[in-house]
Amino acid sequence: MSIIQFCYILSAISFILGIRALSSPETARRGMSLAALGMLIAIIGTLFNQRIVSYQWIIAGLITGTALSIPISLWVPMINIPQRIALSHAGGALAASLIGIAEYYRYRTTLGPMNVGIIGFEVVLGALTFTGSLMVAGKLHGLFPSRPITYKGQNIVNITLFVIMIGMLIYLILYPYVNFIFYTLLSLAFLFGVFLVAPIGAADMPVVIALFNAYGGLTGAAMGFMLANHIQIITGALDGASGFILAILMCKAMNRSIRNVLFGAFGKMDTQEQTAISEINDKQAKSLSIEEALQFFEHAQSVIIVPGFGMAASQAHHALREFADKLKTNGIHVKYAIHPVAGRMPGHMNVLLAEANVPYTDLFEMDEINNEFVHTDIALVVGANDVTNPAARNVKTSPIYGMPILNVDQAKKVIVCKRSLNPGFSGIENELYFHDHTWLLFGDAKDSLTRLAYGFKRSW
Amino acid sequence: MSTHIGITDIYIFILAAFLGYQLISRVPSLLHTPLMAATNAISGIALIGSLVIAGENYNIITNILAFVAVTCSTINVVGGFLITDRILKMFKKKPTHPS
Repeated sequence: MSIIQFCYILSAISFILGIRALSSPETARRGMSLAALGMLIAIIGTLFNQRIVSYQWIIAGLITGTALSIPISLWVPMINIPQRIALSHAGGALAASLIGIAEYYRYRTTLGPMNVGIIGFEVVLGALTFTGSLMVAGKLHGLFPSRPITYKGQNIVNITLFVIMIGMLIYLILYPYVNFIFYTLLSLAFLFGVFLVAPIGAADMPVVIALFNAYGGLTGAAMGFMLANHIQIITGALDGASGFILAILMCKAMNRSIRNVLFGAFGKMDTQEQTAISEINDKQAKSLSIEEALQFFEHAQSVIIVPGFGMAASQAHHALREFADKLKTNGIHVKYAIHPVAGRMPGHMNVLLAEANVPYTDLFEMDEINNEFVHTDIALVVGANDVTNPAARNVKTSPIYGMPILNVDQAKKVIVCKRSLNPGFSGIENELYFHDHTWLLFGDAKDSLTRLAYGFKRSW
Repeated sequence: MSTHIGITDIYIFILAAFLGYQLISRVPSLLHTPLMAATNAISGIALIGSLVIAGENYNIITNILAFVAVTCSTINVVGGFLITDRILKMFKKKPTHPS
């Protein structure tokens, strides 16, 4: 066994232990340091590979990469983490794709069908992950319109393109040296990534990000097969498994089927056909002032806070934490209920609250906390909408019917911080707002919460 | 470049996928964002493949392709571990007040 192989075994072990350490926030940081050490060992080991004859391009790449990585890692605000992650999916996929191209370019005359199949798979998946992830990042960052871009016959165009690509890949396996087909296939794959993401709206991005994570992993594994490099196969498989598991979790949280996600763009939910919920229209939503809200809180024993992305978008998380701290110092039990799709990527809301100094022991997953709403005096909803809509439980015609929701409506009182009565992302009316025990606190969430924190006094 | 796909490669892939499934299932949703950042960093292992191609110095085209690949994967490795640590640092058991 060569010294390089030994290095790779060490780093494989460190990656596995590193991911295992992520099962608890207490061990996570140490585990990641170990994984980083393993990576360093793998890189140093590789530099002694005998195939390497000159170091100028290597050094140039390492320096450029390190220099570019600093600003996009240390200075990016936590609310922009999803687009940052999408960007690195794009980078990873591009790298694998380019290496695939380089290998094809160099060895195309001697490649067997199996090799070309693997290279083709790697290059196609890498290319579509690259452009697709760039689209995701662009949509999340608001560079492209975040609403779905659709046109007539879109599904047919996408399916046709997909079939053509499969056909070309098969042709390439049979006739590996046909350059022209390879590069056409490559361009089509780049194009396909764009087409795939265009019809998906920003609300579905948690699923798509996770899915591209998985594609990136598979691309890496294919690269490992191509280079006969076991550690790349292992990390590719780990990465792929992670992406698929997260995608499935996100799907379940949105009540979308796995098939719906795998063919993501093809099965976009048609929100147009939703029917208006007529019986609630004659009811009036009640609003309340800061002073009235304060009275409610002053008599409460327990409060569950339900944050949504709207809270983070209006930068209200610090004000929210201050208000929650004030409640806690006055002996009120405060918990946060986190819906799996509360943020823009899996687990995003937890990060945003952690950034605002909320201890993670106060954060509860949907399944952990859903039974507690019944015994809770006040549920405070800040910037969340669809995940609190009881229509998901009982209105069969609603587009979100069947989606798991937080049982906010079961709390004794519900206070919703809201800018206006406009429906949320999905454009669905939330019947929670018309319940007898729901009050709406209109205004900017950050401003309202600051005033609540300032005005709160225990009256007894 | 290997000339054939070894059967052991396929075994390794399948076993690692099962292992991955077991490991990832145990990660709480609390840490799903750092998990994604971490798998990103680890998938930067594509760097080692890129390094070899970049070092072979075959001709200018492969050199440039490999240079871009090395740059991209270095961003993933360095940036991935930096940002994972930055996120994990924020998860605290007790509230702390820096001021």
